[in-house]
Formats: sequence, structure tokens, C-alpha cells
Amino acid sequence: MTSIQLRNVSVEFPIYNSPSRSLKNRVLNIATGGKIERKSDRLVIVSGLDDISLSFREGDRIGLIGHNGSGKTTLLRVLSGIYIPTQGEAIINGACISLINISLGIDPDATGYENIRLRAAMMGMSPREISEKIEEIAEFSGLGDFLEVPFRTYSSGMQLRLAFATSTAVRPEILIMDEWLSTGDENFKDRANQRMTELVDSTKILVLASHSRELLSRNCNRVVWLDHGRVKMDGSPEEVLSAYFGS
Amino acid sequence: MTSEAISRDVTQSVATSRTMTRTGVRVALEDMFESFRKWRVALIFGWQDVAQRYRRSRIGAFWLTLNMLVFIAAIGAVFGTLFRAPMAEFLPYLCVSIITWNFLSITLNEGCTTFVASEGIILQVRMPLFMHIMRTMWRNIIILAHNIVIFPVVVLLVGGSVGWTALLAIPGLLLLCLNLSWMSLVFSLICTRFRDMTQVVTNLLQVMFYFTPVMWMTRTLPEHVPDLFFQLNPFYHFLQLIRAPLLNQYPDALSWIVALAIAVVGWAWAIVFFGKYRWRVAYWL
Repeated sequence: MTSIQLRNVSVEFPIYNSPSRSLKNRVLNIATGGKIERKSDRLVIVSGLDDISLSFREGDRIGLIGHNGSGKTTLLRVLSGIYIPTQGEAIINGACISLINISLGIDPDATGYENIRLRAAMMGMSPREISEKIEEIAEFSGLGDFLEVPFRTYSSGMQLRLAFATSTAVRPEILIMDEWLSTGDENFKDRANQRMTELVDSTKILVLASHSRELLSRNCNRVVWLDHGRVKMDGSPEEVLSAYFGS
Repeated sequence: MTSEAISRDVTQSVATSRTMTRTGVRVALEDMFESFRKWRVALIFGWQDVAQRYRRSRIGAFWLTLNMLVFIAAIGAVFGTLFRAPMAEFLPYLCVSIITWNFLSITLNEGCTTFVASEGIILQVRMPLFMHIMRTMWRNIIILAHNIVIFPVVVLLVGGSVGWTALLAIPGLLLLCLNLSWMSLVFSLICTRFRDMTQVVTNLLQVMFYFTPVMWMTRTLPEHVPDLFFQLNPFYHFLQLIRAPLLNQYPDALSWIVALAIAVVGWAWAIVFFGKYRWRVAYWL
């Protein structure tokens, strides 16, 4: 049973301003021991998330909304298991993939085919899975013979196509996205959107952070509004979106 | 505690283990088991690291071999003359010493920056952290494999031979890797938190290069220097595990014992240390 539970989750970042980050300064501090040193050695703590309790079940399509710095990315990272909460607990049941930087793992000097394998491996696909899907990915990308030449020779649109085609070949139980992925010229855009929809439909839980009202109301059945690391509102898209966008 | 109470305690901790536990030996072990399950990813990206550096050159990664060959020839000519050592003995000795030392020191140096260098991955994909250490290890093993081909060439050139004892270098290498991996793990944790520890480690390794019999031979030490001077140096024993068999000698039992003991104690400590700080790594990046 795929589910995500956050109980009183808080995330605090220690900011080591360069003086406190080095051991050398720590040692020097003992030697000098002055007040000035201690002042700059003070540990600054930034609170990213503050006492968040949320529970997501299968079938949930969660939209995350909030101003810059409201903690969206931090929450996405907690949900994907990258940040372990400093307080409270996060229970994540299910295989989780985050499509945030879809080019992660790509090597510009490798060929298209090699990059499909690299990118797929980075997302945790097994070699068998990769072999099964590689032809489908290659076909979807529409790059044809270009797949045999180095990635760096591609136009930026083609590079995105390849990254997109590979990244969307996964079928995770939990999908985490920061903004919708869309790419390419008009012709490719339609196919890309269709593929995205297929991917989203196949996942059990979707968490999508976005600033787009239209996107959220189209894809989500629940929207969480984050403000200063706290949940300001949590409810149906109509309710939350109209409160957030003020109409 | 009654046995009932104990079993209740155990079931409770199992039920919440995936979530509650931030720290502990269990966290470290789980991370490592997951890394071993995903060993292929480490292999692919370790290989990729080497391939990437040499992709557009004609002879590719064999530049490593060539560079090393030139280096050893130059050092061999200069120091062989300086030490008045017979070349037939000194060159193979120097060759295997330098190659092994390079492997050791570069692995540790890169071990320091492993997590920092993988920041992009760590902050975006949930992967076991030990996998990044495995990637660094694998990358350096590949480089070692490119370098070691020089050794038989050098031996042939000076008219020597390699015997069956050389096979003992394989378990030696395994033991060395076992030691290097716990050290890399600990160093990478410390260096992620305290960024300039990387420089400290680099400096220490540079000093150790001169204190360890890499370029010089133990028997060239002056009379008044006791054997303890190198016997107390773990790096000497690490080197001996690989160097001695390749030079048709059996490594001292002491070298094996020291290396094994360091591996066992080191790993035990590294697992506790890793378990304690694993969860902080993402925050330190």
C-alpha cells in the first residue's frame, strides 16, 4: 500500500558561515578566544519546514503551491527521502522518483544511446528494464540516427527531448515533480504532454509543485498551500487555488 | 528485562525502523546493503568517470598508462642513480610502489570529496550514500588496472620474472580496498562537514609519501634508525600486501595481521560513525 505520512515534521538547516565551517577556525578560536571570533562562529539555523503533518494516500494528486522560499523544494526533498526531518517523522511507503532535474547523469560526450542508459541508471532502472525500454525511448525521442553521435552535438531542443524521453520511461509508485515537464516544438509538445499524462496516471501518488493555476487545477485533486514552512491551507483545488490567487 | 519485554521492544523498533531511526548502526548497515544491491549503478558511473576524462583522445584511458610509464622512467633514472641501486632491482620495486601508492593516495584524496562532488545527485535522487564511495573505489580500481600493465613490461625490460607468488597480490589488493573504503567513508563524512579537512588529508598523505618506503627501500635506512620506523606505519604494511608478492616475496605475516586488524577495527568504527551522521550529510551539502 503506497502512502506517505508526515508527523510534525520540521526541517532546520544549519548555516555554517565560512568561519564556522572549517576545523582550522575552530582550533584558532580556542587560541584567540576573543568575543569577535565567537560572534562570527555563531551557528545560524534556518527553519525550512515547521511542524508539518500531512498524510497522502493512493490516488492522491497533490499540488504544492506557495511563494518562493515557502519550503516547497524542501518538502519535495523530504517526500523523496533526501532530507530526514530534524524533528518528527516521515513514513514513506513506495518507490519514489523525483523528476526535478531531468538531465542529471547525462554525459555530453557520450552518444545518445549511452546517455539513455546513464540517465536510466541514475533513476534506478535495472539493466534488464533498460534493455526492455531502450528501443521505446529511442523511438519516442524521434532522434533516429542522431542517437549514435555524441550528445553535445545535439541542439538544445534535441537534448531536452532525449532527457525527457528517458526520464518519463519510469513507472514509480510515487512521482515527485517541480513544475510540469514540457518541451520541444509544437508537434513534440503534444506527444510529450500525452506521455506525461500517461506517466502521471500510472503513479499512485503524485506530488507536483507549481505556480500555475491551470496546471494544478487540471492535474490535482488536492492542493497544499505552504507559507513560511507551514501549511497555510490544505483542501480541494478550487478552494485553495482561489484563496491563493485571490479570486 | 523479561524476554517478553525484550521481544516487544524489538517488534516496536522494527515497526518504526524505516522512519523513526535517524541514527544508529542499523541505518549504516541498511545504507550499505542497499548500495550492494545497486552495485551496478556504482559500476556504471565509476566506469563513466574514467571514460569521460578520455573520451575524445585517441588512445583513451591508456594515457594513464603512458603518463605513469614516463613518470616511473624519469624517477627511476634519477633516484636509481642517486641511490646507486642496481636498476634490475630498483625499477620493478619503484614501479609497483608508485602505482600502489598512487592508487592508495588518490582513492583517499577523492574519498574526501566524494559526497561534496556528488552533491547534485545526493540532493535530487534518494540513493544510498555508500554507493558514492563504491563509485570512487571502482573508478580508482579501473585506473589501477590501467597502470599495473606497466609492471610486467618493466620486469621484462630489466630481465626479471614474475612468479606464482604474484597471485598473492590479489587478496592483498582486496584487503587494501577494504581498508581504503572505510577510510574514504569516514573522510568523506568529515570533509563534507569541515571543508578544509580535505586539504589536511592531502597534506598528510604527501608527508606520508616520504615517510613510507615508496621510493626508498627499507634496507637503505641508516643503521641507527630502528625498524619500528616503518613497522609502525600502516601504509608500509598496506603497500607490502601488493608489492612483496609482485616482487616474488611473501609478505610478512605481520603485514597481513596489521592490515586485517585495521580493517576490522576501522570498519566497526566507521559503521558506528556513518550511522551517527549519515542523515546529516544532505544538510551539510
